[in-house]
This record gives sequence, C-alpha cells and structure tokens, in this order.
Amino acid sequence: MSEPSTEKAHAVYKPVTDTPDCYLRPGEDEQTPLDYPPYKSSRLRHPKQPLVFMPQTITEITGPQLGRERVLGELDNDLTRQHPGEPIGQRITLTGRVLDTEGKPLRGTLVEIWQANAAGRYRHRWDRWPAPLDPNFTGAGRAITDDDGRYSFTTIKPGPYPWGNHYNAWRPAHIHFSLLGRAFVQRLVTQMYFPDDPLFPYDPVFNSVRDERARQRMVSRFAMSASEPDWALAFEWDIYLRGPGATPFEEAL
Amino acid sequence: MIYATTPSQTVGPYFAIGLPWPEGPHAIAPEHPDAIRITGTAYDGAGDPIADTLLEIWGADPDGRYADLWEHGGPATPGFRGFARFGEEGGDGRFELITLKPGPVRVSEGIVLAPHLDVTLFARGMLRHVVTRIYFGDEAQANAADPILARVPAERRETLIAQPTENGYRFDIHVQGPAETVFFAV
Ligand SMILES: [Fe+2]
Repeated sequence: MSEPSTEKAHAVYKPVTDTPDCYLRPGEDEQTPLDYPPYKSSRLRHPKQPLVFMPQTITEITGPQLGRERVLGELDNDLTRQHPGEPIGQRITLTGRVLDTEGKPLRGTLVEIWQANAAGRYRHRWDRWPAPLDPNFTGAGRAITDDDGRYSFTTIKPGPYPWGNHYNAWRPAHIHFSLLGRAFVQRLVTQMYFPDDPLFPYDPVFNSVRDERARQRMVSRFAMSASEPDWALAFEWDIYLRGPGATPFEEAL
Repeated sequence: MIYATTPSQTVGPYFAIGLPWPEGPHAIAPEHPDAIRITGTAYDGAGDPIADTLLEIWGADPDGRYADLWEHGGPATPGFRGFARFGEEGGDGRFELITLKPGPVRVSEGIVLAPHLDVTLFARGMLRHVVTRIYFGDEAQANAADPILARVPAERRETLIAQPTENGYRFDIHVQGPAETVFFAV
C-alpha cells in the first residue's frame, strides 16, 4: 500500500506535437444507444442516469500500446493456419485501413478479431447450439496496422447463428473487431458484416444503429479485384475511429 | 471531420475467444513491490453479478507518467503497461486487476488531477462500452480538488471511490439501479 500522494512532485504535462490534444465527441444520438429494448439483454445492462460530461484530460488522450505484446507470430492474422489441418468453409481475405475521422491512417495499432466457424458455432463453452465445432478452427486473430494503417486477415467466412433474443432469432454473419487506436477515447469494439445479408432486417443488434448510412459503415464490401484465383475471395472494410475535435481540457473546465 | 466514425456493436458473450490473455489483467508484474490489486464485481439492474464482463483500465504510473506511444510525462516505470484487461467468465462476476497506484498529474499550473484510473466496461447486453473512473478512498484531499469529480453531483461521487483493502482497493460497479455508478461522456 502506498501513502497518499498529494505532496509528491508532479511532472508538468507538455503536449507532444503529433497527437491531438482533444478528440471528436459524437453526440448521444450519433452513437449506438445503450438502451435499446428490442435487444432484450440491454434492459438491465444500461445506465439510467445521464452520463456526466467529462472534459478530455491527459488520461483520455493517451492510450496503451499493446501491439508487440499481443501479436507474437506470423500466423496471428491467418486463422486458417492455426491447426494441423485447414478449417472447413469459404476461405476469405479481409483487409482494410484503420483511419481517424480526418482520414489520417493509424499506424502500428492493434486489431483483434474473433468469430464463429463456417457452421456458425463459436469455440466457447457457452455456445451449445447443435452445429459442429471444427477441430481446425479457433476463430481468433490479431494484426498490427502498417504505415498506411492497413490490416489484413485470412480466415473463413463465418456462418449465421441462432440466439435467444426472440423466437427464431438469427444473427447475420459477422466478425467481431476490437480496436485500441492511440487514445483511450478511440477505443472501439464492433462487428463487421458481409454485404447483402438476408438477415439484416431481423437483427436488433445491427438495427440498434438507427441511421441507415451508419449501419452501412459496418458492412464490408466484396472486392473481385483483390480476390485471388483458385485461392480466396476478398472482402474489404475500413474502420474510422474518432479524430481531432472537441474542446481542449482547460477550455472545457 | 471528413468521415463519420464506425458504429459500436456489443462485445457479445464470446469475446473470451479473442480478447483476454494470461498477462492481460496485470498492468505490472504481480511480484512488483508496489503492485496493488483492484478487485470488484459489476452488477446489473437486478443486482445480479454480470458474469461476462470485459473490463479494462488505463492510467498513469506513481509519478504521473503514461506508458503511451509518446511517453507523456516522461518514460513510465519499467515494465509498467499502464493498461490491464480482465475478461474471463468466472461465473461469479468478480474481477481482479493488478497495477501500480497512479500518482497525481498536474495538467497545467493550478490544475492537478487526483490519482485516478480510466475504466472501460463491456458486456453482452451493452451495445457500446461505458466509461467510468476509479478514484482512491485514501486520497480525500486530492479528490476534493479534482476538476472531474467536481462535475459529478456530490451525492453520486462515492460511486467512483475505491476503498482500501489489505492488498489494494475494492471497486464495485453498478451498471443500473439505486447505487448506479457514475458513467462519463468523454
Ligand atoms: Fe457473434
């Protein structure tokens, strides 16, 4: 246990030139809602009190650099080569860029993904629906963006799967994405969907994003030109994290 | 702003396939002499523990230095990641994170942030994450001068104060209900 530290000397924070001193703040109606009744498990898991406005301080405009610790090997971004055999399913490549809202690429940032197998089953003890597990598929991958902010994965196309939200509820096929960005306020966990999924109209998670154009930002595009003959179909998806904006801390106080 | 942000979607029930890793909950090696344990439970609006939470913390080291890309405040304590992630389905909803107690940070003349950790909470049922802060119960004087705590209604500040235990602090999170934790728009 440490002593109360009020009397200690402090370093005066000096801004570093190539990092914003404040980030965009999307309004409540521009974000996915926390309270969305059609998604049943949100009922007891959303705050009812209003969020308290927090001016962004040094703690919010900095963030962890996890890359080297989490991406250990060459195969971390190839989900088809993590076992002795190849997984069953449609092999795909998935590439895109991580950018901020100014279009500036985020270099060296960690991208983590997880997904169901081709039959729509997760390798997870709580997923018990009667679809087969694939002994050659775990469903987790990690990548670090390059100098253009680009990530790339090789995987298999996940299947849709049923869930208990309502009668005959099925999730559209999706891959879960987690991004750290460079600042605490850029943190994003989301899901990437595939074009023209017939399940879109029925899925409350997808439709919790009320704006049609915003929903489309979660949908990847099929890229014939990037598909490899006799090997893999290609999908592309760019991810936009919050960029510079808002009001610096001292002005907001 | 030229582009709009990619919307958030729930972390869902199966994030344990991809996100937790063995050292994840340790922002510093557990053997470090100044390591503290932050334990707690997140509860839903019915008062039940949320068994499938993903919890992350981010903060400064004891000298107010950040382990970010630019080493704000100067190089942080060696071996200190500044970030910890807890995310296993323990069944009882209890989490445990190991870190160093952050120091105060002077952001400009006359403005000092009390020791604090930023907290990100994800769970199935949450379509986007929520953000809160951990302050420390044995820092009453610093807390009283903190500009962020000052924005929180006095009667709710207690929800942000972790209480000392024999090896660290206890911090429970109530996502909803009479003791609802203060969450921030950042
Ligand atoms: Fe999923």
